[in-house]
Amino acid sequence: MTNPHIPVTEDELHAYVDNELPAERRGDVEAWLATHPDDAARVRSWRTMAEALHVRYDGIVDEAVPRRLEIERLVRQPRKWFYAAIAATLAAFIVGGGVGWMARGASAAAPSAIQNFTLHALEAHRLYVVEVRHPVEVPGSERAHLQAWLTKRCGWLVRAPELTGAGLKLVGGRLLPGSGGPASFMMYESTSGERFTIYTAKSEAEATQMRFSSEGKESALFWADRGVAYVVVSSIGDRGRLTQIAQSVYDQMEKPGG
Amino acid sequence: MLVKAFAPYRPEYLVTMTAFRQSVEAMIPALRRYARALARDADIADDLVQDTLVRALRSERLFLGGDVRSWLYTILTNLNKNRRRSLARRPQFMPLLDNNPDASGTEAEGRDIARALSTLVEEQRSVLLLVMLEGLSYREVADIQGVPIGTVMSRLARARAHVKASLEGERTALRRVK
Repeated sequence: MTNPHIPVTEDELHAYVDNELPAERRGDVEAWLATHPDDAARVRSWRTMAEALHVRYDGIVDEAVPRRLEIERLVRQPRKWFYAAIAATLAAFIVGGGVGWMARGASAAAPSAIQNFTLHALEAHRLYVVEVRHPVEVPGSERAHLQAWLTKRCGWLVRAPELTGAGLKLVGGRLLPGSGGPASFMMYESTSGERFTIYTAKSEAEATQMRFSSEGKESALFWADRGVAYVVVSSIGDRGRLTQIAQSVYDQMEKPGG
Repeated sequence: MLVKAFAPYRPEYLVTMTAFRQSVEAMIPALRRYARALARDADIADDLVQDTLVRALRSERLFLGGDVRSWLYTILTNLNKNRRRSLARRPQFMPLLDNNPDASGTEAEGRDIARALSTLVEEQRSVLLLVMLEGLSYREVADIQGVPIGTVMSRLARARAHVKASLEGERTALRRVK
């Protein structure tokens, strides 16, 4: 039995609003509220707050679930949704008239991990592609050593993909400080002198869809796979070529033996 | 056999979709709502949901019954905590004006529930949303956050007081400490 003369505590007011109060005490609280306008006003304000939350966020429940969150997609082999994501990303970019997620992200409370990786990769790209004499620490002629060294220092498997099919030769690579630890950086060059760089860092996201971003002259494709973030950056405006190279990088990372 | 000939092709993953996956799938809309309110940014929110789903599906075999719903909320809450922790380790590069309530906040924005939420500390925001928006019990929230029920109740009380004050416009007193 409860006693209506026992004062109602603040905890009980919360429990009352949240339907956590034992049924036999509800009547006591209601009687209390009838004679305590301050508490009644507080209870009302909490209910208004709950309504405001539902008004603001319930619409999301009725939204169509984005394709990247579909269960079938997530349980299938990653490669299929990966390519679909590239297409979707590029389509969204073109439709969006080039207003990339970076611009939108700038108004968010804090930059996302993806933005940070991409910004670091873009900075590294800009800093080193203009280097003529010392663009890398380890030259491409020492590919095996470069891979072993970066793998050892970074802690994940770093491989310099073979991109001769895309007309690119490995210039070499270097170790960079990333946001949460080391990052690897590799540079490729075509016969006409266009340079592409591949940046990898440890990612908190196990796997993400591919995203496109461009800033100034540079454009970047980002994705994460098995806990490693990859950013491929180029200074040419050709998105098709960038995508082709990113796909080639992705395919080679999928095959640890090759 | 005409019927069979015209039966739609059903890929194997649909045929083998387990009860577990179905219960995970049923939670996606609510997880998106929670993540959006928690993280504000729609892209970040869906990233959180995607990571949550990937983790859950990968651990399907480790899941030995129990409440899928609470488990998914737990994963998402923890992922968001990790994300915020890693943000905190970094210096902030965002424009000063962007986070300054005086410069960018109109009265209407100041009263906005999303803005009020953003002034809460992480664990208070999470308690408030799980109870008030997602309708979880104190017991469930205590399990999700790994704290006693009493802690959940005091976090909820503080969160409500803070949001109430924020919505009522006591912005000067509540300005986020940076």
